[in-house]
Amino acid sequence: MTTANQMAVERYRNNFLKEVEANVEEGHMVKMCMQCGVCAGSCPLGPHWTHSPQKIFMMIRAGKRDEVLGSDSMFMCTSCYNCMVRCPRQLPITHIMHGLANYAHRLGLAPKGQPTRDFATLFWNNAIKKGRVNELMLTLRHYFRNGLVSGIKEALGMQSVGLGLFMAKRLNPMEIFGGHGVKDLKGFHAIIAKAKEIEDRKKGFTA
Amino acid sequence: MAKKEYAFYPGCSSQLKASASNYLVSTNSICKSLDIKLTEIPDWNCCGASVGYCEGGELPRIAINARNFAQAETHLPGQDIVATCAACWLSARESKERLDGSAQLLKETNEALAAAGLHYNGGANVRHMVEVLIEDFGYDGLKAPMKKSLEGLKIAGYVGCQTNRPFGIDGESFENPMYLDKMVETLGGEALSKYEQKVTCCGGALAFSEPEKSQKQIRDIVESAYDHGAEMIVTPCPLCQANVEVYQSEINKKQGTKFNMPVVYYSQLMTVAYGGSAKDAALDGQLIKAEKLEKIAGK
Repeated sequence: MTTANQMAVERYRNNFLKEVEANVEEGHMVKMCMQCGVCAGSCPLGPHWTHSPQKIFMMIRAGKRDEVLGSDSMFMCTSCYNCMVRCPRQLPITHIMHGLANYAHRLGLAPKGQPTRDFATLFWNNAIKKGRVNELMLTLRHYFRNGLVSGIKEALGMQSVGLGLFMAKRLNPMEIFGGHGVKDLKGFHAIIAKAKEIEDRKKGFTA
Repeated sequence: MAKKEYAFYPGCSSQLKASASNYLVSTNSICKSLDIKLTEIPDWNCCGASVGYCEGGELPRIAINARNFAQAETHLPGQDIVATCAACWLSARESKERLDGSAQLLKETNEALAAAGLHYNGGANVRHMVEVLIEDFGYDGLKAPMKKSLEGLKIAGYVGCQTNRPFGIDGESFENPMYLDKMVETLGGEALSKYEQKVTCCGGALAFSEPEKSQKQIRDIVESAYDHGAEMIVTPCPLCQANVEVYQSEINKKQGTKFNMPVVYYSQLMTVAYGGSAKDAALDGQLIKAEKLEKIAGK
C-alpha cells in the first residue's frame, strides 16, 4: 500500500463519498445520481466493463472503496460524452470517470497492465516531453510496450498501415530524432510542475 | 485586410507530416477562398487530448490549455481562438468554462502560469472551425465561392462524438445533428437521410489500446454507410477520420470484409467545390483514395 493511499484511508475512514467529493475531479456531483441507468445504456463500451457509471456511483455511496478504485470500468471510457449529455440530472459523468481513473491511478490502486491506463500514461508523457505529441514515438513505444519480440510482431502487423501513412505524408520517420515541440520548453515544464505541486498538495498525493 | 481573422490552434495532429496534415492543407485552401486569415497562436502546446486525464490530472491539464489562452490574449488580442481538431476544441473549451466558473481554479492556474511569466485574464473565446463557418459565414456564405457542384456524390455525414458532445454546434441536437448534412447539401452533394451511425463513437484513443473493441465500432460506422449507398464518409474530427479510414484494412484482414470506403474532411469537400485541385484538397493524403472526389477536382 502506498503512503498516499494509507493517509487517505486513515483520513476518511468509512466515508468514501466524502473522499471522492474532496479529491476526485467533479466528485462533488456524485451524490446527484438518481440511479436511472441511462448512462449504463448509452456507453459504447457497455458490453465490456465490469461496472456501469450508475453502479460506480452507488458503490461510492455504499463505501465500496477497493472495488471502485480497483475497477477497470473508468478506463473503458472513450470520452464520447454520450452518458453526459443524456444524464437527466446533468452529472458530468465523463469527467467524473476521468477523475476516478486519475485518482485510482495516482494511489496505485488501478488495475495493473490495464491497456488504456498504460496507453494514457504513455500519451501524457509523450505530449509533455516536447509540448506536442510525437506520433511516431507514441506508436513505437505503444507497440514495443511488452518487449522487443512482441513489439516487432505487432509493428510488422501494422506495417502496411504505417507505410500508407508515410506515403500519404501523414507519418514522419524523422520524428524519431525529436519531432515537433514548443520553443519555451522550460516555461512549459515549469507550468506543469507548479500545477502538479498545487494539485498534489490539495489531493493528498504528497506524503 | 482579410474578411475575418482568428487565432488559430491547429493542434498536434494537424502539423506538417502528422496524421491529419491533409486536414490542415485543405483548411488553408478554404480559408483562402473565404478570405479568412488564420494566425497560429505563438508557441502553442498540446491540449492533453481525451486520454490526458489518467497521468495528467486536473490542474496540469487546465494549466496547459490556459497557456495557449494566455499566448493568444497577449499576441492576438480580440481574436477568437479557432481549433480544427475536435479534441483540441473540447479540451480548450472545457478548460475555459471551468476557469470561467471558478475563481479559485483561475487563481491556481495563474499561479502555475506565473512559473513561465504568463497570465490569463479570462478573455478567451474558444470555437471550432465548423462553428466559424456556420455562424460567421452561414450556409449561404459558404455557397458564395463555389465553382463546382458535388452533384451525384452520395456522402455519409459522420459527425462522431467530440464536435457534437458535450458542447456541439449551437441549435443542433446531440442525437441527430444536421449541420454536416447541410454542409454536404450546400456543396451540391447528396447527404444520407438515414445514417444511424452518425454520432457513434469510433473508439477514440482506445483504437490503440483496445483495438478489438474499437474496431467493432468502426465496422458499424463503415457498414452502415455502405448499407445506405454512400460513396464516401465525411467527418469534422481528425481522430474519427484516422480511425475510420486506417483500420478498414485491419478489419478486412480479421473479419473478411471488403471495406474500401474513403473518409474525407468537410474541408476537403469544400476545397474541391471551391475549384481547388486534388493537391489543394490534400486528396493525396488519403489512404483509401477518394476517386470520385478526385475526378470532380480534375474536371
